[in-house]
Amino acid sequence: MVTLARHDNGSTIIKTSGINFYYGSFQALTDITMDFDRHRVTALIGPSGCGKSTLLRLLNRMNDLIDGARVGGEVLFEGMNIYAPEVDPVEVRRRIGMVFQKPNPFPKSIFNNIVYGPRLAGVAAKADLEALAEQSLRQAVLWDEVKDILGRSAMTLSGGQQQRLCIARALAMKPDVLLMDEPTSALDPISTAKIEELIDELKKTYTIIIVTHNMQQAARVSDTTGFFYLGRLIEYNATEKIFTNPDVKQTEDYITGRFG
Amino acid sequence: MTGTMKWRYRKQKIFFGGVRLAALTLTAALGGLLFFIFINGFQAISWEFLTQPPRDSMTKGGIMPAILGTIYLTVGAIAVALPLGVMAAVYLTEYAQQGRIVRAIRVGVNCLAGVPSVVFGLFGLGFFVVFLQFGSSILSGALTLGILILPTIIGASEEALKAVPQTFREASLALGVSKWLTIWKIVLPNALPGILTGSILGIGRAAGETAPIMFTAAAFFTAKLPGSVFDEVMALPYHVYVLATAGTYIEQTRPLQYGTILVLVALVLGIDLIAIIIRGYMRRKKRW
Repeated sequence: MVTLARHDNGSTIIKTSGINFYYGSFQALTDITMDFDRHRVTALIGPSGCGKSTLLRLLNRMNDLIDGARVGGEVLFEGMNIYAPEVDPVEVRRRIGMVFQKPNPFPKSIFNNIVYGPRLAGVAAKADLEALAEQSLRQAVLWDEVKDILGRSAMTLSGGQQQRLCIARALAMKPDVLLMDEPTSALDPISTAKIEELIDELKKTYTIIIVTHNMQQAARVSDTTGFFYLGRLIEYNATEKIFTNPDVKQTEDYITGRFG
Repeated sequence: MTGTMKWRYRKQKIFFGGVRLAALTLTAALGGLLFFIFINGFQAISWEFLTQPPRDSMTKGGIMPAILGTIYLTVGAIAVALPLGVMAAVYLTEYAQQGRIVRAIRVGVNCLAGVPSVVFGLFGLGFFVVFLQFGSSILSGALTLGILILPTIIGASEEALKAVPQTFREASLALGVSKWLTIWKIVLPNALPGILTGSILGIGRAAGETAPIMFTAAAFFTAKLPGSVFDEVMALPYHVYVLATAGTYIEQTRPLQYGTILVLVALVLGIDLIAIIIRGYMRRKKRW
């Protein structure tokens, strides 16, 4: 594994060290050690089954839900190991939000989708919830499209709008980190472009870690890219370097389409 | 067309014909049954029949106490079985680690569904009536019927919970919402239409069973309407049973027996209809 020295202007927000992950007896990740920088976009790329989504889900303990999953090693979020026994995964997920591959709004109104999380986290005042909804929808560049139909079911929105709604819903929890698991793979090119613009805007406020199958997307939106193969981190470098002059032959083979 | 092809088409026709015939037979049997009950029963139906207690050794008057009793018992059984069944299903599908224990519980639930209803009646007599000293009462009857329909409710609830997309659970959990609140706020509301559908079957069964209430709740005749859950009640299925087998004037009360059955069927369909309307309303609200 080759890791370039990090950019000085970004401090580490999440650090994994020696992560090994097993589904039953199958080892999905082997010895993953990497740093994620604050206010940067990190892309995780690699062929299907390489472990990139598994790693992403490890970072906010979504893999807890899988029967027979085991984690070794540490994930330090702002210096605290989120797998320590005294840590509540619910608390971790409040600070590290997630957007999924397929848009998954709740069968509720647009407004209630956004305020669902904050309400259960204790925000009760109607004015606060309304302000939060507007702020989150503006951040997700959806406000102008839905401001007059906040009471309508989220299921009536288009796929691209639904995905931006899901991003707004995650932002309403005011997380520090936003994990995105192939957020545009179910969307058309125009919706994809909108989400990519959005990512560029969001990194001013949030740290974003994105899994993508689309290498052009990784090249367009990310500052740093990690290439995974067979559960190992093969190369972790500045995105520009990865896509122009990677250090490892395997990375070059993958991004030039020779395998994968 | 070659001979083999012709033969194949003929075979297909015969097969489809058979399937269609089976479906028709089923419909005809149901239609015939309802028609028979209606033809024999509707003459007995009158305002008096629905609102008066029986008179003159059951040969005259109405069945109002039995209608009321059956409603009490059915509502009571649902009130017992629905929360219990849904909670059990939530445990089995959402919390319990899938393994030997869960499988054992499922086998137990399925066995419970196959137990003859008279066994429930005897259990109710031994446990609720005698041991817990509830006596022959609405309470004992409702609890016994509740246990009887528990497997139906658990099964339906499990199916309904499994049908809620996993992505809803993930979306909620990823927002830092606890598992319990995710189930309460997202999973259960979306499973409710399915749970109600399954419960409809339970309602029909609870209203129609005779054996479980025979020893636990039902009275041949009560002079007064029940004043509390510790009173005995008359009930429609038991009323038919006694009129048809144990009364003094079995032949004279025949029209009343059919009338009672017609009322029972109408009552069950009525309760079903309410459940279907509620379900339809909720389905329109929740779509995914």
